[in-house]
Amino acid sequence: MHEFLAQLANGVELGAIYALIALGYTLVYGILELINFAHGDVYTFGSFTALVVLVALRAAHFLHGAGLILGIVAALAVAILACALLNAGIERLAYRRLRKAPRLAPLITAIGVSFMLENLIELWQGAAPVPFPNVIPNPELEIGALQVGVQQIVVVALAIATMVALHYFVKRSRLGKAMRAVAQDRDAASLVGIDVDRTIAITFLIAGALAGVAGFVGGVSFGSAWFLNGFGAGLRAFTAAVLGGIGNIAGAMLGGFLIGLLESFSTWFIGGQWSNVAVFSVLILVLVFRPSGLLGESLPEKV
Amino acid sequence: MIYAYAFVAIAACVAIERFHNRKAKIAIALALAAFLAVGPRFYGNEAIFSVLADAAVYVMLALGLNIVVGFAGLLDLGYAAFFAIGAYTYGMLASPQFGLHLPFWALLFLAAALAALFGALLGAPTLRLHGDYLAIVTLGFGEIVPQIFQNLTKYTGGPNGIAALDVPTFFGHSFGASVMPYYYIALVGIVLALWISRNLRESRLGRAWMAIREDELAAKHAGIDVLRSKLAAFAIGASFSGIGGVLFAAKLALVSPDLFGFQVSVLIVSMLVLGGMGNIVGVVVGSLILTIVNSALLPQLNSLVDASFHTTVDLSNIHFLIYGAILVGIMLFRPEGLLPNRERRAELRNSGEVEAEA
Repeated sequence: MHEFLAQLANGVELGAIYALIALGYTLVYGILELINFAHGDVYTFGSFTALVVLVALRAAHFLHGAGLILGIVAALAVAILACALLNAGIERLAYRRLRKAPRLAPLITAIGVSFMLENLIELWQGAAPVPFPNVIPNPELEIGALQVGVQQIVVVALAIATMVALHYFVKRSRLGKAMRAVAQDRDAASLVGIDVDRTIAITFLIAGALAGVAGFVGGVSFGSAWFLNGFGAGLRAFTAAVLGGIGNIAGAMLGGFLIGLLESFSTWFIGGQWSNVAVFSVLILVLVFRPSGLLGESLPEKV
Repeated sequence: MIYAYAFVAIAACVAIERFHNRKAKIAIALALAAFLAVGPRFYGNEAIFSVLADAAVYVMLALGLNIVVGFAGLLDLGYAAFFAIGAYTYGMLASPQFGLHLPFWALLFLAAALAALFGALLGAPTLRLHGDYLAIVTLGFGEIVPQIFQNLTKYTGGPNGIAALDVPTFFGHSFGASVMPYYYIALVGIVLALWISRNLRESRLGRAWMAIREDELAAKHAGIDVLRSKLAAFAIGASFSGIGGVLFAAKLALVSPDLFGFQVSVLIVSMLVLGGMGNIVGVVVGSLILTIVNSALLPQLNSLVDASFHTTVDLSNIHFLIYGAILVGIMLFRPEGLLPNRERRAELRNSGEVEAEA
C-alpha cells in the first residue's frame, strides 16, 4: 500500500510536468497543425535558465529567508520569459515562411531546430547532467499512509495553477478567443479582423511560457538538467497530447497525468528500462484504435 | 583523396541528371561504376576503403528510405529500427552469442526478409494514419526497437551488444581484416538498389505510390489499393535497410543498441532532404555529401583548426548543429533539395502561389 501510494504520488508529479509540456504541443498543433518538435528542447532550455539564475543567486548568498522565495520567483520568471521568447523566435525564423508549404516541410524544419537547440545547449552547459540547485526544502509529510515531499506538492500545485490560468485565458480572454478562432479557420478569422500572424506568435509565446514553467518544475523534481532531457520528455508529452486528443487542452492535461502514472507504475512493475517501450506502445495503440484521442472528436477528412 | 572519389561520383550524378540522352546517361553511369570499382585499388588504402564502404552503406539506406518517404510520401522517422534489425540478425546468428555461425550471404537475404516482415508488421496497423501521426508512430517504433535489444540482455548482450562477429567468407576465402570486400559488396548492393528503385518507380506500384503521395483520397477513388501499396513501400524500404544492417555489423564485427538511435534515422532523412526526396540520383548525392562531411571533412577540419589556432576544438561536437542547420536551411531556401525530382519541385514551387491566388 505504501509503495503503491508512493508510486501514485510520483506518477502525479511526473504527469504534472508532462501535462505542462503537452499543453505546448497541443496549443501549437491546434493552431498550425504542426508538431513543434523543438518544444521539448525549449523545455530543456527553461530548466537550464532557471538553473543558471539559481546558481548565480546562490553564489551571491541571496537564497536565505525572504531572498529564497524571491530567488525562486525570479528563476521561474526568467525561465518563463526566456522560453516564451525562444519559442516565438523559432516560429518567426523557422516556421512562419513555411505556413503554406506541404505538411512535411515544417515538421522536418522543426526536427532541424530541435537538433540545433540540443547541440547549442550542449555547447553551453556540457554533455553531462548538471545538478539543479536544491532550493525548495523537502521534508516528508505523512497524510494517512501517503508520504509526500513538500517539493512534490509545490511541483504539482504550480503545474495545476498554471493549467487553470491557461484554461481561463483561452476560454475567457479576447486573445484566447482569437486563438480559438484562428485554430478553427484561419481565413475566416482574418476576415473578421483577427491578426492571424500576431495570434500565432502569441500562441507560441504562451506555449513557450508553459515550457518555461515545466522546465523549472522539471529541474526541481528531477534534481538535474541535461541537454537531452527534452527529447525524451518531449516525446512523452507529445504522446500525452495525442492520448488526450491533440488540440484539446483538457485532453493534454488528462493525457499528461495518465502518461506520468503509466511511467511510474511501469517502472515499478517491470523496471525503468522498459518505460519507453510501455509509453510508445501505448502511443501506437491509441493512434491505431482511437486516433482522435480520449477527449478528441474525430473530424471528417478535409478534401 | 576521399574527396576526389566523392567529387567524381557527385559530378557524375549531376551529369546524369542534366543529360537527357538515355545512352549518355547509361554511359556515364557505367564509367562511374568502373571508376569506383577500380580506382581505389590503385589509389587508396584501408582508411579510404572504410569511408567508401560506409558511404556505400548509407547510400543503400537512403535509397531504401527514399522508397518510403520520397516515392510514397510516408515520413518514416524510425528507419534506423530496420537497420538495427538487420544488424542484430547478423549479430545473433553469426557470432559466439548462440554458437550459431550461419553464412554471411544467407543472412543478407534473411535480414532483408526479416526487416521487410517487421516493416509490414509495423505498417499494417499504423499506415491508416496520416502525415505527422505516422511520423510520430514510426519514431516511437524507432525508440522501442533499440531499447528492446538493450533490455533482452540474455539474447542480445544488453547495452554492450555482441562483439566478435564472424568474419564472412567468399567461396572459402575469408574476408580477413580488410574492409575492402564490404565496399565491393555495398557497391553491388547500390547497383541493385538503384535498378530496383528505378524499375519500381516506373512500375504500376510506383505510379500508385506517387498518386498516394500527391493525393491519397483521389488515389483511393481511382481504385488504388492504398493500404497495400503503402505496406509494399514500407516492406521494400525496410528490406534495403536490413541488408545495410548486415553489412554494417559484419564490417564493424560488433553490434550494440546505441548505434541505431533516432540520430541515425534523422541522418538518413537529412540525406533525402538535402539531395531531393523522390529523385534517385539526388538521394545518392545527398547521402554522399553527408557521409563525407561526417567521416572525412569534420575530423579533418578539427585538426586543421587545431593546427592553425593552436587550440583543441572538437567539431564533432557540432555535428547536430550542422545537420539541424542543413535541415532548416534546405527547407526554408530550397525545399526541393539540391537535385529535385521534377514533379516535387513543381509542387513545392507552385503550391504557395496557387494558395495565395485562391
